[in-house]
Amino acid sequence: MKKMLKTIGLGVLLGALAAWPVFASGGSLLIKNGTILTVTKGVIAKGDLLVVDGLIKQIGENLQAPAGVRVIDAAGKFVLPGIIDSHTHIAIAGTNEGSEAITPEADVGAVVNADDTAILTALSGGVTMVHTMHGSANPIGGPNVVLKMKWGRPSEELIVHDALRTLKFALGENVKQSSRTILPGGPPPRYPQTRMGTNAIIRRELARAKDYMEEWDRYTKLKASKTPPPTLLPPRKDLRLETLADLLRGKMVARCHDYQATEALEFIGLAKEFGFKVQAFEHAWEAYKIADELARQKIGISVFADSWAYKMEAAEGIAYDAGYCAKKGVLVSINSDSGERIRRLFNEASKTMKYGGLTEDEALRLVTINPAIQLGVEKIVGSLEVGKQADIAVFNEHPMSAYARCDITIVDGDVYFDRAQYLKDKEDAAKKAQDAKKGGRP
Amino acid sequence: MIKRTALSALLILGIAAGSSFGQATPGKVIVLQGARIIPVVGEEVDGGTIVIKDGKIAAIGKSVTIPAGADLVDARGLRAYPGMIDSYSFLGLQEITGVNETVDNREMGRINPQVWAIEALRYDSMHIPISRSNGITAALVAPTGGLISGRSVLIKLDGWTNREMVIKNPAALQIEFPGIRGGRGGFGGGQRGGGVGAADASRLITELKELFAEARAYEKRKVFAQKNLMLARPAFDETSENLLPILKGEVPAMISVHADRDIRTVLQFIKDENLKAIFFGAEQGWKVASEIKAANIPVIIGSLYDMPPVWDDGYDQLFMNPVLLHRAGVKIAFSSASATAAKDLPYHAAKAAAFGLDRKDALKAVTIYPAEIFGVSPTMGSLEIGKAANIVLADNDILETRTNIKKVYIDGKECDLSNRYTELLDKFKKR
Repeated sequence: MKKMLKTIGLGVLLGALAAWPVFASGGSLLIKNGTILTVTKGVIAKGDLLVVDGLIKQIGENLQAPAGVRVIDAAGKFVLPGIIDSHTHIAIAGTNEGSEAITPEADVGAVVNADDTAILTALSGGVTMVHTMHGSANPIGGPNVVLKMKWGRPSEELIVHDALRTLKFALGENVKQSSRTILPGGPPPRYPQTRMGTNAIIRRELARAKDYMEEWDRYTKLKASKTPPPTLLPPRKDLRLETLADLLRGKMVARCHDYQATEALEFIGLAKEFGFKVQAFEHAWEAYKIADELARQKIGISVFADSWAYKMEAAEGIAYDAGYCAKKGVLVSINSDSGERIRRLFNEASKTMKYGGLTEDEALRLVTINPAIQLGVEKIVGSLEVGKQADIAVFNEHPMSAYARCDITIVDGDVYFDRAQYLKDKEDAAKKAQDAKKGGRP
Repeated sequence: MIKRTALSALLILGIAAGSSFGQATPGKVIVLQGARIIPVVGEEVDGGTIVIKDGKIAAIGKSVTIPAGADLVDARGLRAYPGMIDSYSFLGLQEITGVNETVDNREMGRINPQVWAIEALRYDSMHIPISRSNGITAALVAPTGGLISGRSVLIKLDGWTNREMVIKNPAALQIEFPGIRGGRGGFGGGQRGGGVGAADASRLITELKELFAEARAYEKRKVFAQKNLMLARPAFDETSENLLPILKGEVPAMISVHADRDIRTVLQFIKDENLKAIFFGAEQGWKVASEIKAANIPVIIGSLYDMPPVWDDGYDQLFMNPVLLHRAGVKIAFSSASATAAKDLPYHAAKAAAFGLDRKDALKAVTIYPAEIFGVSPTMGSLEIGKAANIVLADNDILETRTNIKKVYIDGKECDLSNRYTELLDKFKKR
């Protein structure tokens, strides 16, 4: 107990030094009397949730707050795991390295921008974690990064190192530059310009990476042998192929932007041919056409609820896609892909109840535990369970209601968004401004 | 037998074209029994009855005599609502927004009072049956872009031709002032605006005043020439011709205006020119709500699927604007400002309710308020005797995402609820 209080004290002190958000609770707090939507362990109609040092310590009834720990009254409110967005491009400086078609060395994790106000937008919608991805300009983009929405903290502290390492692939209209106008004097068209070329260029690069990997494996093996040949030289280091070799070695997984069923099936074929894991298809507007294949091969999808018909390849993107695939056993998440939609991701997920007939609980999974599984962080976040990290949101209504509003967002036990506090601050500021006016100051 | 085949052919056609089941048989009476009636105007009735005759509501309430020979519809466990009205959409003018070949809502140039939405309205757009099957039975379809965008039309979401769909044409002349961050925001609406630089109505108002003065002079010359054969008729001026209806007060001007200072400027302009006006957008309307109320200008709220145009106004500024306007006494109505997401109309209303607007008012702002704003409330917008039988039977609150729409009637005719979504789903379900 003493030790815990000391830690809290230290947390507060450190917080003050590093301009910690005003609502800092030192990573510990007690949420009382809320309806707790655990996602994985059912619903507790009225319960308490104790957070200590950023972790969920206890879920139950009549829990007592240790001395000095902030108590949040959640009576009449809903407590849920922080929402996870499986596909965004927020909080980075630059999204697409579009100058070349193959750029697996262009790492999004190297350009994290913790000052992007999209983090605040995300927090205001209960989002605590995002998968920030390389853009879709290239057949092979770059590695992506998983971030916690810790506004005010330095970039390094946002990065979730426990997550799977993911590599962005892309197919279809964006890659073949369908909407690009070739201007006189401007850059010439870039290969590939067709879906055939897209598949071919990915195969070519994977074949190169396979050779590269095998060359290195051979070298490493010989070097480790009792009598390495005296003339043994290491192969040339190639950062581009190094990343792809990691994919082939199973150290990374693919996240592939696709729209049409054919291109998805062919990409699955490439994955089989070269032996890498497709973790999920992004957007996947025709996933419902190949739901059986996806379910059988345990390939997930990360999709919009119903944002469709914005381009030709999205013309058959029906709102039943997510719900239908989920019922077929595909691991589905709903993503925002937007610094705006991110704050109403819960609304988007709720649409699968109408289109697809999912239950409240099933729909909520699409923005909590399912994206957590897709990102390989389901052991630490994505549901409310003892021992998991305290990424939590408090809503006025059930999050699958159209009348729902996020009131509090907590990351690692610290309150990063508090609507009541926001309203109070706003009122105070308005009052101050009025007083200043009365005082005759400029 | 022949008749029957013809009918089934019609049914198949109906599904293929995404339009409604056949025609309403004249004299045929439909009775909806046992629904919880939410008339929007007046008290709710539990276990009530609605009698539909000749496309209109003939009787409604608890104790209603059921005419002999009527088609009885068991509506127990369902709620009956008036069909919703989308107060600003691009339905029928946009199909695939990124494919120019399918987009007809934005004419080139800046001064286009001569373009009329009705004339390009694609009545078999795939987005119309999708909206209809979510309980939306009418929509304003607006041209956009430039300073004067063209004439909008109010349509019902049913009909075999564009002209069959007309409720009111023209509904308004669309005038657009620049957005707070210059333009109205793009795909996903992900931009975040910092300043208020882009919006400045005053220069554009000078231009409009000149056009209006020219149109009035043109009208005068025309009248003089009619009276005096010695005077030459002025050459046909399509801009003036198409501005005259709003100058005469026959057609309202729907004015897209966004920043608070622009709203103030435009309020003065409306007064100066004696226009019948409706605002669209008014994202900073909450800052000048009492002035909007004093001028008695209704506000069509734009899509809430957007960022606050001015970050410093607060993250919730768009969500709070409707309730703040409503509290000040301004009449509001919601809109999708979309074709591909027009079905989401009820969720914009619910979002405003999540931020303080009374749920009953949110419902009114997609039914009776828009009907009043567009001057069609005597015939639609609520469930009342004599009004068009635009009725939605739903298994829950119509503004909730989870709610399923069971039946939709437009002018008393039961609509086909199949659509592009269900067609594709059914096709691949067979796999």
